[in-house]
Amino acid sequence: MPLTIEEYNNLLQTAKKLRHEIVDITLKAGGAHIGGGLSALDMMVTLYFKYLNVDPDDPDNPDRDRFVLSKGHAAIAYAPLLAERGFFDKKLLDDFNKFKSPFGMHPDANKIPGCDASTGSLGHGLPIATGMALGARLQNKKFHTYCLVGDGELNEGSNWEAAMTCAHYKLTSLTVFVDRNMQMIDGPVEEIMGLEPLSEKWKAFGWDVLEINGNDIQQVANAIEKAQQAKEKPVVVIAKTVKGFGVDFMENQTQWHYGSLDSELAEKAHQSIDKKYAAIGI
Amino acid sequence: MSKEITGTTWTVYDANTLTQNEIYGKVLCELGEKHPEIVGLTADLAKSTKIGIFQEKFPERFINVGIAEQNMFGIASGMARTGLLPFVSTMAAFTSMRAAEQVRTDICYQNLNVKIIATHGGVSFGSAGTTHHATEDIAIMRSFANMTVIVPADGIETANAVRAAVDWPGPVYIRTGRGFEPNYYQTENYGFKIGKSVLVRQGTDITIIATGITVLQAAEAADFLKKNHGLSVRVINMHTIKPIDEEAVMKAVTETRRIITFEEHNIIGGLGTAVADVIAQSGKGCAFTKVGFPDVYSEVGYPEDLYAYYKLDANGIIEKVQEVMQKDFEEDENWEDEF
Repeated sequence: MPLTIEEYNNLLQTAKKLRHEIVDITLKAGGAHIGGGLSALDMMVTLYFKYLNVDPDDPDNPDRDRFVLSKGHAAIAYAPLLAERGFFDKKLLDDFNKFKSPFGMHPDANKIPGCDASTGSLGHGLPIATGMALGARLQNKKFHTYCLVGDGELNEGSNWEAAMTCAHYKLTSLTVFVDRNMQMIDGPVEEIMGLEPLSEKWKAFGWDVLEINGNDIQQVANAIEKAQQAKEKPVVVIAKTVKGFGVDFMENQTQWHYGSLDSELAEKAHQSIDKKYAAIGI
Repeated sequence: MSKEITGTTWTVYDANTLTQNEIYGKVLCELGEKHPEIVGLTADLAKSTKIGIFQEKFPERFINVGIAEQNMFGIASGMARTGLLPFVSTMAAFTSMRAAEQVRTDICYQNLNVKIIATHGGVSFGSAGTTHHATEDIAIMRSFANMTVIVPADGIETANAVRAAVDWPGPVYIRTGRGFEPNYYQTENYGFKIGKSVLVRQGTDITIIATGITVLQAAEAADFLKKNHGLSVRVINMHTIKPIDEEAVMKAVTETRRIITFEEHNIIGGLGTAVADVIAQSGKGCAFTKVGFPDVYSEVGYPEDLYAYYKLDANGIIEKVQEVMQKDFEEDENWEDEF
C-alpha cells in the first residue's frame, strides 16, 4: 500500500469534509453538477493532498505540477478542494454561481488561484494538458501534468487527437484519469454512445492502461505512483467510480448529473455521508 | 535581379523572390534567436505555411501535431500557460472554423499569449475551392474578446506584423494569403504600428479603406483615377481590423464624405462592418459602400480570375469608385431637406 494508515485516514477525513461542503454549496448555489463532482473527488483529493507539488503561497510557480480538470463541471468539487488546500478563503464559495462570483459551474483559471486551465467545454482539457507536458519538456522542467476527463467526455474526438499526440511524443510526464462513472446527461454512457472496449481503445492509441476503483484512495495513490514511473508510454488510469459517491440517493442515478437540494434533502445527504464514512471508522 | 530590403533591426531578404509566407518563416527564425520562448506549431502544413523554415532552424522547438487543428490550438494554450510563446500556423479556414472553439475558449477566453498566422486567407488558394477558402475568418476572429486581428498588405507588412505581435500582449490573429501575392511595400520602414492605419494615397474626393491584398489594388486604382479622371482618391491601409483605427476612419468621413471598404472577405462581418460600425455610431453622414465577396460561397479558379470576377482587383474597384461618386447622400447636418 503506498499510503501509510495515517495518510490514508487523513485523506479520507478530507474527502468526507469536502463531501459535506459540496452538499452545502449545492444547497446555497441553487444547484450543481453534484453527481460527477462526487465521483471525481477522491482522485482530486489524493492528488492535491498527497502528490501534487503545488504551493498555495506561490500558486503560479513555473515548476509546480499541473492539474487540468477537463470535466470542468466538477468545479463543484474542485473549488472547495482548492480552498481546503489553502489557495483562497472558503467564504468566497458562499457566492458560488452568483453574480460576478469567480466560481460558476465551470472553473475560470484567470479568476481562481491554483486553477491551471479554464475548462467546461468537453474535449478541451487533454489537448491543453498535452501542451503543458510539451512545455515542460521544451523548457527542461520536471513537473508532472495530470488531466482528469469524464467518461462521457471521451465521445469528443479532440481527446483522441491529443491521445495520439501524447503517445507520438512519448509524454510520460502526463497522466490521464478517466472518471468512469458510466453516466452522462441523457443516460448510461454505454447506451447513449458506448466506449467499450475502452481499455483496448487507449492501448491501441499507444498508452499504458491501469484500471482501478477511483473512489478507493489507496488504489488511486497506487496508480499515481505507477504512472510517475512511466518510461515509454503515457499512462491512463481508467478509474471506475460511482456517480454521486457518498450520497446514497444520488449514487448511480443519471438524474443527479445536475441537481438542486432543499434543506431537507441536504440533511439526508449529510447523514448519508456520515454513515458511509462511519462504516469505515472515519 | 533581386533586391535586398533593409529593415530597422534585420534584413528582410529578397521580397521579389520570397513569398509572403516565406518571409514570415524567415522573420520567425530571426525572432526565435532572440526569444527562446518562441515555439512553432503546425498541423501537417509546415511546408504550405512556411513555418517549416523555423522547424529546420529550431527542430526541438517545433511541434507538428498532424492533421488535428482542434488539438493544436489546445496544445498552444497549454504551452502558453507554461511560459512559452507559441506561433501557430495553419490555413485560415481551419483556424477560424474547425478550431474556432479552441481559439475562443482555450486561447482568447484565457487571454493567453498565442500568435496565430492563418495562411491561405480569402480565395488565395483559388482552385482548391470553398473548403480551403476563408471568407468568414475576419468576422469570426474579431468577435472573440481579447483577440487582435491583423491582415497585412503583403510580405513586408507580414514581417512587421509578426515582429509587432511578439511584444503585443494576448492573442493575435494574422491573416496572410497563399504567399504568391505581389508586394505593395518596398521597405519595412513606413511606421507600422498595430491598431494604426497607414495612409497609402492622399485624396479628397473619396476614400478607399483597404486591407490585405486589396491595398495594392486600391493604390493602383487611385493612380489610374487621378491620371485619367482627375479624381483625388484617398487610400488607407487598414491592416489592423481589431482594434480598428477609428480616428483615420472619421478623418476620411469628414474630409472626403465618400467611403468604400475593400476586402477579400464576405461583406458581412469583416472590415466593411467594422468601418460601418464606426461611422454609424458617429452620426455623421457619408456615401458608403462595402466591396468584398457577396454573401455566397466562392467559385473555383485561379486567384487572379476570382479577384477579377468578384471585382476585388484594380479594375473592379475603379468601377466601384465611379459608382460611389454618383451616390447621393446627406451632405450637411440638416435632415429636414431630405423629406
